[in-house]
Order: sequence, then structure tokens, then C-alpha cells
Amino acid sequence: MPHKTFMWFILPSALAMFLFIFVPIISVIVQSMYIEHEQVLVEVENCGPFGCTVEVNVDQEAMAQLREEQPLGRFNGLGTYTNRAHLAFTEVGEAWVTSESWGTFLSAVYNLPFYKALAFTLTFTFVVTPLVLFFGLFIALGVNSLPRIFRGPTIFVSLLPMIVTPLVGSLILFWMVDAEGVLGAALQNLFDDNSLSLKASPWLTWIMLMVYGVWSSTPFAFIVFYAGLQTVPEDTLEAASLDGAGRWQKVRYVVFPYVAPLAVFITLIQLMDNFRVFEPIVGFSAQASATSLSWIIFNDLRGGDVQLFGSAAATSVLTICGVAILLTPVLIRTWRDFNRKRV
Amino acid sequence: MASKAQRRSQGLIVLTATLVLIWVVIASFPFLWTLWGSFKVQGDFFSKADWTNALTGTRTIAETGGYFTLNGYEGAWIEKEFWRAALNTMVVVVCVVVISLTFGTLGGYALARSGYRYAFWLLMLALVFRAMPHITLVSGYLLPFFEWGVWGRLETSIIVLVAINQPFTLWMLHSFFLTIPKDLDESAMVDGCTRFQAFRHVIIPVMWPGVITTGLFSFLLAYNDFAVTAVLLSQENATMVPKIASFLGSTFEEGNVMFAVSAVVSATAPLFVLILFFQRQIVSGLTAGAVKG
Repeated sequence: MPHKTFMWFILPSALAMFLFIFVPIISVIVQSMYIEHEQVLVEVENCGPFGCTVEVNVDQEAMAQLREEQPLGRFNGLGTYTNRAHLAFTEVGEAWVTSESWGTFLSAVYNLPFYKALAFTLTFTFVVTPLVLFFGLFIALGVNSLPRIFRGPTIFVSLLPMIVTPLVGSLILFWMVDAEGVLGAALQNLFDDNSLSLKASPWLTWIMLMVYGVWSSTPFAFIVFYAGLQTVPEDTLEAASLDGAGRWQKVRYVVFPYVAPLAVFITLIQLMDNFRVFEPIVGFSAQASATSLSWIIFNDLRGGDVQLFGSAAATSVLTICGVAILLTPVLIRTWRDFNRKRV
Repeated sequence: MASKAQRRSQGLIVLTATLVLIWVVIASFPFLWTLWGSFKVQGDFFSKADWTNALTGTRTIAETGGYFTLNGYEGAWIEKEFWRAALNTMVVVVCVVVISLTFGTLGGYALARSGYRYAFWLLMLALVFRAMPHITLVSGYLLPFFEWGVWGRLETSIIVLVAINQPFTLWMLHSFFLTIPKDLDESAMVDGCTRFQAFRHVIIPVMWPGVITTGLFSFLLAYNDFAVTAVLLSQENATMVPKIASFLGSTFEEGNVMFAVSAVVSATAPLFVLILFFQRQIVSGLTAGAVKG
């Protein structure tokens, strides 16, 4: 296809991506260098029958004018990145100097909002992804050995947790495991402990969020693996049997090599999706014990009365750096493959 | 089926069947429970005292006189104006799907037919864009959109969702276009079609299955989105998912939870129908990227 035709065909799509994906990335980088205006304070003297009092008020008019002139706020350089709500160099340094053991150091760092979110995001990503792969393959092998009539309905039911709106899915689970919900109450009875509740225990919240993650993503891995299993040739399996391979050996030496590329694909998609974990935290109202990078950005934008654009942008830039680090191995591999093909 | 390679012992069959059955229960029970509970009052749905209340509906009978009640649905759809959110969702979803597919088929076709290296790099770039968490992009839009006065409008969210959708749509349609032989459009062009005519009259008619599958996924992305719509839409333009989230703010006011429960069931129903009719396409779409590429 000539360059010119190619350009016309790709133009609408490329333009949309440029304007609404690439430009916003630049925009967050710029915004992250700025910070909200300082409040303009005026002293107002109120004189009443009992004498005069001096009040300090925010001068709304001057503030509005300031915002009009400089909508971005005032320039702050990299200040937002290093403040307490983000990388918190001062606080981490202090904790490093003052704490005697690794434990106290880590717990001091964990109390900083950015690191708390980072800890949960990374744990979620690297716990859920392998579990999804494992359960997905397991269910796929199971369904594959079922008689054909049962397969359709099983796939139908399995698609539900994946396809349902993440917020809705997490709410549905939340209402069940809530202290007053059916599973939550059952657990309390089982352990005979009335204080056992999701909200009270950070650990339970973490576990529940990961259970949700596995529940909602396993179907994806299952479907992909299941489709892959259909392509494993019967002849090879039969040949393996004739050579005396047991059931496990057939899975290990015949099936695994066929589904390995699929596992790479699922891992890639899952890493991307789990790293942006956000809706379950809203659905489970888990922000007290678990926050994620996406959640703190959302909270800066919608949480309080004032929108902290600078702070949200700085977290966004750091998140994008995280995504870049996650994707580097994949990109390097693809680039090598591509070069090999050309040679 | 009965080939030697697949014959299994009795015990193993029972074991796998049990495990698959457990999975089926885990996958479906929460939905059935919530659907059932949405027709009860809060006292039964959250029946701490005795879970069988949820089945027998003791409190529902005591409070409303009937075995089932539509109070939750009434409250959500009429009192809290969930119908407006449903209408907004419909507008957003239809527009996003149509525009995404138009842009995506053009771009995907170009990427599949161009042998140059930049096509490969564009696809890689799209993959990187696909990985961007949506909320980071939203944080980039918010301030400019406020400044330009386009914040809160449905059109803004639609175009943003289309753009966020593009990387995925491009990848999927690109892999579908690769399965259509090049000879087809080349022979049309030999017969005197321009490239666009060949695309429009020869390729698209045989591409329908791929377009429908990709359309389904665009639908899901727009329908399920929370990050973009929650931040970019004003209160009265809210779509269903942010609306449900807004019910939660006042959750433990008696009765309001049931509004959220029935809204959740209402929002899930279309998805259920979708799987019912398009199961095959969804499965083929999930595997298109993996198995073919």
C-alpha cells in the first residue's frame, strides 16, 4: 500500500490516539510541574457593638483572577514529586536514619500514601496474575475433558464474572462478604467471632480484593487456554501415549509447549490490567486499608473540595513510568523478534 | 472423543467434573443471589440474624405484605432517576461503538495491508497506549476540558472513550483483516476499483464477523467504563456505572442499598443477554489476538 493511501486510511484513528492518548500524557507531565495557587488572604476587621475583631479570610475575587491568569497554578518544578504525598524523599531519608530495623523502616515507609498505594498495586499485580494463569489452565483442562454438551453452558457461566462491569462485579461480591451479607455472616458463625469483618481487618480486605481479581480475570485465561487446547493435535497425544507417557507427562511435554505462547499473551494482558486496579477499591469501599495508584489519582481529582491537579498529574507520571518498566521486557523481546525476521 | 489419548479413568472424570462444577457455582452463585435478593427488602438481603430469611423473605412479607417487592427498582428507576442514566449510557455506547468501528476498520485495514516497517511500529505504539491506565489519561484531560468549557458533556466522554478504545480495536481488526487474502482487494483494484472502493465494497462485506466481534468489545469497554465517565461527566449526564457509585455515597440510609442492588441487577441484565446471543463471537474475539497472532 502506498504511503499516501496508508496515511489517509490511518488518519482518523491516529489522530484520535494522538489527541486523546499522546497529548494527555504530555499534559500530565506539564501539569505535574505546577501546583495550586497559594490562597490570597485578606484581613477583614469586623466591628460590632462589642468591639472590633480581625478575621483572616480568603480573598475569593483575587483567587478567581489568579486562576484566570494562570489556570495551571504556580510553577513548582519537581517539588510535587518529592513531597510527602509522592516520593517523599525527606520522610524516607528520615525513616532510614532513625529506624533501627528493616521492619520499622518498612512500616514507616508504608505509612506514606504513595508507597502504600504502590505496595498494594504491586502485590495485587504479582499475586493475581500467576493465580489467574494457574486457575485458567486448570479449568480449561477440566472443561476440555467434559462431554461436549456440558462445555457450552460452562463457558456461558464462566463468561459472566469477566464481562460484568468491574464496579458492579465487586459490589456483588462485597454485598455477600460484608459483615451483614450471607458469606460474611456465615464466616462469623463459623469462627464464632462477631468482630470478624471485612472493614475492620486490612488483611481480609487485601485478600478479598485479590479474590475478586482472580474471580473476574480467570475466565479470560480459561477461554484463551481452552481455545489453545483445541489446537493440540490428537496424533501427537496418541503418539505420546504409545511411547508410554503417563497422563501428567502428556500434559507436561505435549500440552504445555502448545499453550506456552498463550501464557505469555495472558500474562502481558493481565499485567497491564491488574496494574491499573481501581474499581474494586471503590466497590469494596476498601480505601482505608488498600489503595492503588489509580485510586489515589482518582481521589485527588474527585475526593475533596479542591481538585489537586498537580498532585494527580505527578502520580500519573509515576504510574506511567511503572507501566513502562512493566512493558520493557515485552517490547525488547518484540524488537528482537522483529530484527531477527528482517535478517 | 473416544480416542485412546483422551480416555480417562473413572475417578479422574469424577474429580474434574466436581472441580468444574465448583467453578460454575463460584462464577454464577453471586449473580443468582443478588438477582434473587434484589426483589427483597434490605432486612432480608442483609439477613445477619438468619440467612434463610433471604430465601423465605420473612421481613419482606412483614414490611410489604408480598413475597417479592419491586420497591428497590421503583426507588432506583423512578425516584433516583436511573432511567436517565440508562438513556445516557445508551447514547454513549451506541456512539462509541459506531465511531470506534469506523475509525478502527479503516486503520486496521491499512495496518494489515501495509508491508512497511512503520506499520509495525504503529502497532507497538498502540500496545503501549493500550497499557496506559485510563485514570492517568483522564487526569491529563480534566484541566483543559474545564478551561474550554466542554467538561461534563456526553460528546466529550464519547470522543475520549473512542480514543481510549482505538489501540485495542486496531489490534483486533488488524488481526481479522490479516485472515482475508490480499488477492481479494488486489483483484478488485485490477478491475478498476480505487483502494477505498475495494475496501468498502469487497473487503467489508466479508469482514462482518470480525467487525461484529470487535464491536462487542467496544461495547463492553464503553458500557463498563467507570474511570472516564465518573470524572468527565456532570451529575445530570452521568451514565449507569457512576450513577450506581453515587448511590453508595448514602448507602446506609435504610432502603438506599436496595436501590443500588436493583440498579446493579438492571445494569447486568443487558450483559447477560449479550452473552446469551453472542457467546461464540466473544470467545472468538478473546482468542483472536492470542491464537492467530
